[in-house]
Amino acid sequence: MATAELHAHDAHAHAHDEHEHHELGFIQKYVFSEDHKTIAKQYLITGIIWAFFGGGLSILFRLQLGFPDMNLEWLRPLLGGWIDESGKLDKEFYLALVTMHGTIMVFFVLTAGLSGTFSNYLIPLQIGARDMASGFINMLSFWFFALASVIMFSSLFIETGPASGGWVIYPPLSALPQAMPGSGLGMTLWLTSMAFFIVSQLMGGINYICTIINLRTRGMSFTKLPLTIWSFFFTAILGLLSFPVLLSAALLLIFDRSFGTSFYLSEIYIQGEALPNMGGSPILYQHLFWFLGHPEVYIVLLPALGITSEIIATNARKPIFGYRAMIGSMMGITLLAFIVWAHHMFITGMNPFLGSVFMFLTLIIAVPSAVKAFNYITTLWKGNIIFTPAMLFSIGLVSLFISGGLTGIILGNSALDINLHDTYFVVAHFHLVMGAASFFGLMAGVYHWFPKMFGKTMNRTMGYIHFWCTFVGVYCVFFPMHYIGIAGFPRRYYSFTALANDAQNSFTDLNMFISIAAILTFSSQLLFALNFFYSIFKGKRATQNPWNSNTLEWTAPIELGHGNWEGEIPAVYRWPYDYSKPGSASDFIPQNVPFSATPESNLPEENEEIAKEKEIEGLLETQNGVYNH
Amino acid sequence: MTYLIGLLSVVFLVLAIMIVNKSMALSKGIQKDSESEVPVDGANNLNAVGMVLFLVLGSIGAAWSFLHSQPDFLPVAASEHGLITDRMFWISMGIITFAFFVTNALLFIFAFRYRWKKNNVAVFYPVNHKLELIWTVIPAIVMAVLVFTGWRTWRDITSKAPENAVVIEVTGHQFGWYVRYSGNDDSKLGNYNYKLIDDTNNIGIDYTDQNSFDDFTANEMHIPKGVPVLLKIHAQDVLHSVYLPYQRVKMDAVPGMPTKFWFVANKSTEEMRYELGKADFNYKLNCTEICGRGHFGMAITVFVDEPEDYAAWCKQQKPFLTQNPTYLAKVPENLKAKAGKYIEAAAPADSSTAETEAAPVAGTSSALR
Repeated sequence: MATAELHAHDAHAHAHDEHEHHELGFIQKYVFSEDHKTIAKQYLITGIIWAFFGGGLSILFRLQLGFPDMNLEWLRPLLGGWIDESGKLDKEFYLALVTMHGTIMVFFVLTAGLSGTFSNYLIPLQIGARDMASGFINMLSFWFFALASVIMFSSLFIETGPASGGWVIYPPLSALPQAMPGSGLGMTLWLTSMAFFIVSQLMGGINYICTIINLRTRGMSFTKLPLTIWSFFFTAILGLLSFPVLLSAALLLIFDRSFGTSFYLSEIYIQGEALPNMGGSPILYQHLFWFLGHPEVYIVLLPALGITSEIIATNARKPIFGYRAMIGSMMGITLLAFIVWAHHMFITGMNPFLGSVFMFLTLIIAVPSAVKAFNYITTLWKGNIIFTPAMLFSIGLVSLFISGGLTGIILGNSALDINLHDTYFVVAHFHLVMGAASFFGLMAGVYHWFPKMFGKTMNRTMGYIHFWCTFVGVYCVFFPMHYIGIAGFPRRYYSFTALANDAQNSFTDLNMFISIAAILTFSSQLLFALNFFYSIFKGKRATQNPWNSNTLEWTAPIELGHGNWEGEIPAVYRWPYDYSKPGSASDFIPQNVPFSATPESNLPEENEEIAKEKEIEGLLETQNGVYNH
Repeated sequence: MTYLIGLLSVVFLVLAIMIVNKSMALSKGIQKDSESEVPVDGANNLNAVGMVLFLVLGSIGAAWSFLHSQPDFLPVAASEHGLITDRMFWISMGIITFAFFVTNALLFIFAFRYRWKKNNVAVFYPVNHKLELIWTVIPAIVMAVLVFTGWRTWRDITSKAPENAVVIEVTGHQFGWYVRYSGNDDSKLGNYNYKLIDDTNNIGIDYTDQNSFDDFTANEMHIPKGVPVLLKIHAQDVLHSVYLPYQRVKMDAVPGMPTKFWFVANKSTEEMRYELGKADFNYKLNCTEICGRGHFGMAITVFVDEPEDYAAWCKQQKPFLTQNPTYLAKVPENLKAKAGKYIEAAAPADSSTAETEAAPVAGTSSALR
């Protein structure tokens, strides 16, 4: 059997082990580590902590929206003065909650927590590299993120409150401290934190790209890369090109706030005073912001889609359908992501002609997205599906991606966006397609690679319960939210008392339902946290390849040391999706099994590849040379 | 309450699945060792059943909740372009609902149908270009149709306002809206300048421009039915957004950059009251761009009047200059005579100012009849 031979090969490789194993001190091993695996875990655990904070904030404002008459006096020990005399949430604090929930979830959880974790963890292991191209920059990347986290977190505790102008922090609201208290020190801290965060993302992104291009093991051509790596590659490119634009937007805003410039400010009369600023444009900020803001959606989503592709193929025991189409559609999404940003701005007063152009470009994105969805579904067709928790979350992701993506077709249509812009319809749309879908990708990834990360297994039954509670819960929260949007309820409203036709009296049941569902969904995440942290220490010991997967990380030892493989890094001969190949006795053939070892299952064109195996082996010297500086 | 019951039943369903799940896992635990090669456990079939159950119950829930919420949706659009966008919205909704059910059904049914079975082998089916072509081209065509119709509608809505449009200026500020009308004499709005804003002239009307003299302001909005209305939109401090939900009108108010939106309201307040069966119904103008503490309460009442009622209401309004004659001082010498008319006209009627000031406040369209 191919796998048996593989294990023998591994054992043989031990003899070659020339790596010196000097023990690192605690600080170097767990704190300022340059090992991509440790950094990934640091990102993951920071991300999980942030997720509970970000989610917790949303529960607070859901209390206000679902139970507008509830006395929140019992929260005073926690929130202090943010509960006003009447026992209600302070109106400005409500906006602060919305703002911080968005910021934390988009940037700190789904960008750093998702892409930071899995890009770091999987890139070296799946392409066959001993570590990232620069371990030091990788370490810096995490610690800049940690610094950004500390600053953002501290802004929650200052007297004037954290930034409150919405996660998009549109000026002039965010530029003028007199416009709202959150635009004072809170906004300064927000901008500082984001500046560090962007630096962290850039250092991470450069590393991911360099590593994928330069450090692939012998035989690992681009067309043999797992889709996870492709997705991380595109994500890194997106981030590298768009985050600097956010940095520039933030810098100009810092200038406007602190140094009297007028990039975004013009003709403002506020608090009985006409400001001297002339000639700036708030629309400029929106263009700069959404030039990142829209790619950001895909920065968050693409890794989740990559993770899902891998997990669905593995657990359906089938090759991913349309590998090249999947890459092509991700490439299409990446390119289009840069030229659709202004669909967030149809009704900002931007030239309507631009609106037409951006509507056209936006709706094109539906095509590659549809291709991806259909390819996932076809991958399930005639599979032999094993429902691991990771697989459940991946199927859930596909469902959420479809359900949330479809309403994008409506919002991308500028004529329809007029009525729906900034209503709950938008909130429902992006929470499904980008929030929940990416979160499901994160969860799927954790369940799938946990055995590799910690050498232990998570409890599967708890995983199932976690999945069903979350999946049902997410739909209960965000599906009915569309109705509130169709009814014209604007987002970021503390209450709906000022709407026509006594609208605050409609949907009270529904809003209550959503809040209860949100609380239950949020609570069920504790189950995950329990399972996760318990299993790290007390979980059952994992096997080397628990899911019978093809990719390279499962050829590495269970207890991963620095350098990942003891002995030679395995060579790669085939694509990662040889599942259930006709003729093969095993239903999976790992990437490092040469075609010459599997004559019974080779396709005609693959027999020709056998001739190239010598060539691939011949690259060993060169590859080792890379690490011997 | 019905939602609570629905939620509770979902919770109990999940609990039921959990319990069966657990017991199945326990009962299969003994057999599991022989299967150690394959990472399948006893819950596999249950999870597969869960997929179908979710599809069925979810579809019922989606359909029921839609029908249940429908009465609370915005009523049929009260503007001409709104009728078109509404129709387009529901057609698009039809298309995506179809796609939603078909794709989700395929996803969950495949997941159930092709669940793991011992001795089953998955089909090695890596690619089919024809299939891929089909599902690239079909969405592309559907999108092309939607884009084209959407673009035509968008182009019409954002086209230049007709010449005869009634021009109304809306200015957003923390946290309210000022409304200014072009007056009964020249139907032209005068200039404004944010540096001229003071406690009384809170829009900053520029009295060096003679078009300003007859402009009048109001703290509510009246618009004529069936006549194009052009909203000229400003913001004084931060971003705001004009939102007339019933008329499907929305446009941001941007400091330093005037924006506009024109539309034809085709249902008067009276008609909407009749339609909704609510005698006290009023249209509102809300803010939809986060602007601070009072964002959610930043609204004024909007009256859509029959054209003759609107004309009558306008006639009752006194120009800002008439109500605040001190601003005559701001008028340049050469225009003093022209501006003086508005002052003199009001001077004899000094005793009636109380009456005229009260008029806009109580001036609902019903009061005019």
